[in-house]
Amino acid sequence: MSEKKKQKEDKLLEEVTSSEYKYGFTTNIESDTIPKGLSEEVVRIISAKKNEPSWMLEYRLNAYKTWLEMKEPDWANVSYKKPNYQDVIYYSAPKQRPVLDSLDDLDPEMKKTFDKLGISIDEQKRLANVAVDIVMDSVSVATSFKETLKEKGIIFCSISDAIQDHPELVKKYLGTVVPVRDNFFSALNSAVFSDGSFCYIPKGVQCPMELSTYFRINEAGTGQFERTLLIADEGSRVSYLEGCTAPMRDENQLHAAVVELIAMDDADIKYSTVQNWYPGDKNGKGGVFNFVTKRGICHTNAKISWTQVETGSAVTWKYPSCILKGNNSIGEFFSVAVTNNYQQADTGTKMIHLGENTKSTIIAKGISAGKSNGNYRGLVRISKGAKCSRNFSQCDSLLMGDKCGSHTFPYIEVKNNSSQIEHEATTSKIGEDQIFYCNQRGIGTEEAIALIVNGYCKDVLNQLPMEFAVEAQKLLEINLEGSVG
Amino acid sequence: MLKIKALKAGVENNLILKGINLEVKVGEVHAIMGPNGSGKSTLSSVIAGKEEYQVEEGSISFEGKDLLELAPEERAHKGVFLSFQYPIEIPGISVSNFIKTALNEKRKAIGLDPMPAKDLLKFMKEKMNLLEIKKGYLSRNMNEGFSGGEKKRNEIFQMAMLEPKLSILDETDSGLDIDALRIVANGVNKLKSEENATIVITHYQRLLDYIIPDFVHVLYNGRIIKSGGKELAHKLEEKGYDWITKQTDKE
Repeated sequence: MSEKKKQKEDKLLEEVTSSEYKYGFTTNIESDTIPKGLSEEVVRIISAKKNEPSWMLEYRLNAYKTWLEMKEPDWANVSYKKPNYQDVIYYSAPKQRPVLDSLDDLDPEMKKTFDKLGISIDEQKRLANVAVDIVMDSVSVATSFKETLKEKGIIFCSISDAIQDHPELVKKYLGTVVPVRDNFFSALNSAVFSDGSFCYIPKGVQCPMELSTYFRINEAGTGQFERTLLIADEGSRVSYLEGCTAPMRDENQLHAAVVELIAMDDADIKYSTVQNWYPGDKNGKGGVFNFVTKRGICHTNAKISWTQVETGSAVTWKYPSCILKGNNSIGEFFSVAVTNNYQQADTGTKMIHLGENTKSTIIAKGISAGKSNGNYRGLVRISKGAKCSRNFSQCDSLLMGDKCGSHTFPYIEVKNNSSQIEHEATTSKIGEDQIFYCNQRGIGTEEAIALIVNGYCKDVLNQLPMEFAVEAQKLLEINLEGSVG
Repeated sequence: MLKIKALKAGVENNLILKGINLEVKVGEVHAIMGPNGSGKSTLSSVIAGKEEYQVEEGSISFEGKDLLELAPEERAHKGVFLSFQYPIEIPGISVSNFIKTALNEKRKAIGLDPMPAKDLLKFMKEKMNLLEIKKGYLSRNMNEGFSGGEKKRNEIFQMAMLEPKLSILDETDSGLDIDALRIVANGVNKLKSEENATIVITHYQRLLDYIIPDFVHVLYNGRIIKSGGKELAHKLEEKGYDWITKQTDKE
């Protein structure tokens, strides 16, 4: 055989083997996906794939039947083409993102964003799904944290694991704060939820660290229909972080998560979210629909504090709420919602005062730029029995440019005469005068906007855990880049 | 340092400056006086580069470079400082944070690393002493809830921190009581050196009792109609602007 011929054969062999590998890879994935559309059959398949006990299947089936009777809500001040629910795939195996050989293969724009956020190289690799052949520090860190949590009796795992390992807790609390029937999306989530987090803090335990999905990195990524259940038993205390400041290029268009928080007597829960799903391109094409139901219940002397920084998604529909059931309980809501380009957001909170001497605080800051539309929608309800209760609300809107919109829809219902409510609202525009003033001091326009916006959001950003606050600040800058001028 | 030649500028087809010639050399203090609406504030805005003002004709050079080509922040990096007649509020941003950002942006532009926090704080304290500024002021938000006097003093404090080559004080005396005026003027005098220059824009002669100008110019209807030494300011105080403007109107 001549040298040339051998080379040719080698090449052929290489082609055959590599293409075969490719083919095999594809088949493998297909086998673990079910047909699109939603039916009783599909719900059964999901439950079976997860090896769930029968009570869980019952729960899902009931939710599915309820969902069938419900209508998608259209009262929010957003407009979008309603998804075809029979065109969605409701179960796929833990998503396989393409594995990259090195960070050099990463979309340069994404890399730029990572750098701006100041994300470490290791973390970048994890986010971008780069194959790593050494054990990453963060993994071992996560393991050591898990040990510490275990010592304190804290349970922190995926909801799927919790259904298997702690069925008594899940059964007792799932759906008690957000009932299946609560709304169209909560019913849908209850029928098909894929995964999410579960957390239980035992009586009197102070969780020694910020619990974050960050520490669950070696487990499956977040899904389309996420379900979170967090229980803080009597006198316990926990701070929970979710989300990721790095941009999430998820191709799933529809996200319908449900989060339930239970704060027993004297418990204290702080729940912080940074949401940065793909918002669509500059022309409003694509992007995630984020329809989230988040609610917590406070028993006597308990406190729940929601903090959210919402910068992503094409359409956001989200109202983290507190039911202040116990006397002297406290609810808080701190929010920054940014919309740019063609994004739409309808977000706010509900504070339902039932117990006596309950207190709630709402600080909502909206920022609208481009051709976007931001809405604050909030309900403060003080029932007859909630004597001597108090609420303070402050809703501010900041407009950038003259093509965006901002609306505030505050609903206030007070049914006794010993309670007090305060509501403050402002709407302002980033003034050219403010920008020029900064320019004159040597601060460029982009920097100036970042500075002004950070000042405007300070009250909310201060609520975030320190390292998160810094990232959130940068995130705001990135999301508003190029929005003026 | 600053050379303005045959400058014509205005807002939206409305010509306000109708041919200004002015030269300011290092170490000099110039006062620009004139009645309301004569174009004093327009002149300062054009030098600083405010976007809504259009330059129709003429040139402004600063240390031999064409200033009109530069963005406002680049002019600031080169050492042009404007003390605003109406300083702007920036809610939620502390004075120290604002000044830190401004100072470090300038350092970045000239190729220096950010000033270490410790040095910055020391530097701030030094300048606060100079301007008789009380403690606690650094953590207040930029101009938010400041009195008129505090706002003007804050302008001079920034000037002290940024160490500009050319400072333009636009009606810095307006809204100041006599004590605040004295403190602000003393601050300006202390910052004056052989390496920088100052343009004082004012309505009244009062400020010029504290900041002694080398030259006084009278701006009227978009032109400098008279220039002279400091005695010109006294004459104006005595006789009013009518004394010169009538003559110009006749011509």
